[in-house]
Amino acid sequence: MYSGNFSLMSWFLWFVFQSRLMKIREVAELLSARVVCGDDKLDHLIAYGFASDLMSDVLTLECENVLLVTGLCNLQTIRTAEMADITCIVFVRNKIVSEDMLSVAQENNMILLETSYSMYRTVGLLHTINLPPVF
Amino acid sequence: MELKYEVEGGNFTIAGNASSGVKKLLKQLNVDPKVIKRIVVALYEGEVNVVAHAYKGIIYVDINAERIHIVIEDEGPGIPDIDLAMTVGYSTASAKVREMGFGAGMGLPNMKRNADVLKVSSAVGKGTVVELITYLSN
Repeated sequence: MYSGNFSLMSWFLWFVFQSRLMKIREVAELLSARVVCGDDKLDHLIAYGFASDLMSDVLTLECENVLLVTGLCNLQTIRTAEMADITCIVFVRNKIVSEDMLSVAQENNMILLETSYSMYRTVGLLHTINLPPVF
Repeated sequence: MELKYEVEGGNFTIAGNASSGVKKLLKQLNVDPKVIKRIVVALYEGEVNVVAHAYKGIIYVDINAERIHIVIEDEGPGIPDIDLAMTVGYSTASAKVREMGFGAGMGLPNMKRNADVLKVSSAVGKGTVVELITYLSN
């Protein structure tokens, strides 16, 4: 009986966690974003959002399935994401991904999105669909 | 297994190449992904520090079944006060480094948080040696 209740609780918690996950496709549509690479991975799920232009701050994250929102568009953004196990990045305010960034991102199976929206608007929209913050 | 990577001071286009190589190797060795993340985050912070502050550097990596031992040696200005450099928020980084998303005084503290052992020694006007040890099983 105890074991049955425990299994039911585990299943419930798993269900609650899964229901909080969001497809990257939904994020891309919400932000009217261009998919730069990773079109075949838009059904991957994310659990948290984190917005920063400070890469050392990104390197402190310990959770998984994080969507990074940033205005910092250079090769170190991609390298930081690689080290932090972040597979999806949204570049805000019309920042354009360069060829060398694209090459490293593809090598690491990342999904890169570009949106014209500002950081403020992007984060606000993600908040409306209840994407939880890391902190 | 021993590896060696050269790092060029000031060249942000190749910063992270060593960390990326080590990450790929640890994956092939089936190390726990959480342990890999701790190792490469610490290594990457160290690699970026060499690019940001030194003229050049060498990263030595030694892996055995129990642990990874990394030594990052650079030729550069050195660190006059290591305790101060370990303080969160203290930084001497240039505007160029800050433009790259670093230089907020989080590098060494972040390395300390992610490594099981961190040793830093430095000679002003000569360079800095950072030693990192991380055990591969929790």
